[in-house]
Amino acid sequence: MTARILLSCALVMMLAHLSAAQPELRFPAKVEAGTAFSVPTSSSGAATLYIVGPGDALERKVQPGEEISFGTDDLHNAGHYLAVLTSGSSSQVAQFDVIASHQPASLSFLAKPSRLPVNRENGISGVAYIFDIFGNLVMKPEDVAFQLAEATGGAQSRNAISHDGVAFVQMNSATKAGAAQFQAKLDSVHATRVVEQVPGDPCSIRMTAHPGAGQRVVLQTDPVRDCNGNPVPDGTIVSFTETYEGRVSTVDVPLKRGVAQTELPAENGALISAAAGVVLGNEIRWSGR
Amino acid sequence: MKLPGKLAAFLPFGGAILATVLLSASTEPTVRVAPMDTVGPRSMESQTQSSVIRDYLLAWQTMDAALSQNRPDLLDAVFVGKAKEKLAETVHEQQGLGIETSYLPKSHDIKVVFYSPEGLSIQLLDEVEYDVNVRKGEQSLGSDHVRARYVAVLSPTETRWKVRVFQGGTP
Repeated sequence: MTARILLSCALVMMLAHLSAAQPELRFPAKVEAGTAFSVPTSSSGAATLYIVGPGDALERKVQPGEEISFGTDDLHNAGHYLAVLTSGSSSQVAQFDVIASHQPASLSFLAKPSRLPVNRENGISGVAYIFDIFGNLVMKPEDVAFQLAEATGGAQSRNAISHDGVAFVQMNSATKAGAAQFQAKLDSVHATRVVEQVPGDPCSIRMTAHPGAGQRVVLQTDPVRDCNGNPVPDGTIVSFTETYEGRVSTVDVPLKRGVAQTELPAENGALISAAAGVVLGNEIRWSGR
Repeated sequence: MKLPGKLAAFLPFGGAILATVLLSASTEPTVRVAPMDTVGPRSMESQTQSSVIRDYLLAWQTMDAALSQNRPDLLDAVFVGKAKEKLAETVHEQQGLGIETSYLPKSHDIKVVFYSPEGLSIQLLDEVEYDVNVRKGEQSLGSDHVRARYVAVLSPTETRWKVRVFQGGTP
């Protein structure tokens, strides 16, 4: 019995001795990027400390009993780090995190597409990645405000809470064509992209006809607009078709200043129509007037 | 650098519940990928699922190669932007200190959490276990087993998905 107690005491003393010879390397579990901190050591001799991680590698010479200090410039890349304190042939290791600064400093803002037709539901997407001043992804939830300001003065606003550093929204394109300013904003940090909203396809076509020179008929459309009243861009093709005694003649004409104009042979009784894309305009039966 | 060859074949079928891939060589990590059916806001094609995981795992191998051989040139193939800059800076710091560090993953538990609407970025979280060994010449200065949670953002390039953000932390 006495021998067992003596053995236990000896074991405890050995462990205590070992513990004293191998002091624990005590790092804080988390350190905010770019902040100063210090770590106590109880090394009995000169030692070298290495901090390594995918984001940083540094070295410190440590004198016995000295605190190891880190300045604001030492560790600024967020990540998981290993600290290794070596002295002679012995070493101690510790692990700790450097986390992103609590203050967002920039937004990586992707707005797509840069050009789209008006009146598209959820046609515009905005994705914002949040970074601190050191380029670390800010993982804590943040409330990002998105605003799509239209050329006509109207605006859509939406907020999104970030998850793991990213927030996104989808917005409708406006009914009026023009350049819209798409902004993502978080506190004083913001980023803006321009989204060009262009008219949609023609909504309807109205054509008139009148006699031209030399047995020709002059055909002209009214200004061609989309279903929201936006002028369809010049260059959009309007096809004029004349059907007479089984023969079909077609002329493709690009819009110029919003209208399409052409001439076709003036045949009494001919049926003339105009179309653009899938939209068919009015038909005219030519009777010479 | 060898790719975990079986992975690409398994991933397209990983939508069921969990795709668990135990790779043949003992040095290669176990890879678990959570189903991607609910990843949004953009739905993800099976080919994209395979390639993004393949390229992410390649990024780990590349990081290990670059940091254990102090070769920043290796990073170009799979890292881009801030992730590449930071890793390259670390390689240069290691060169200055005369140390090398190896990162040998034992297991990956990967969950894709975001696929942007326009398809230009994918974000994933990885609960990863790996061994770190810090060496100075032939001497090992210290090593440890690590459990960490990595967040990675990948962007498509002409040839593959490249890692743009690569950031670890305690799970």
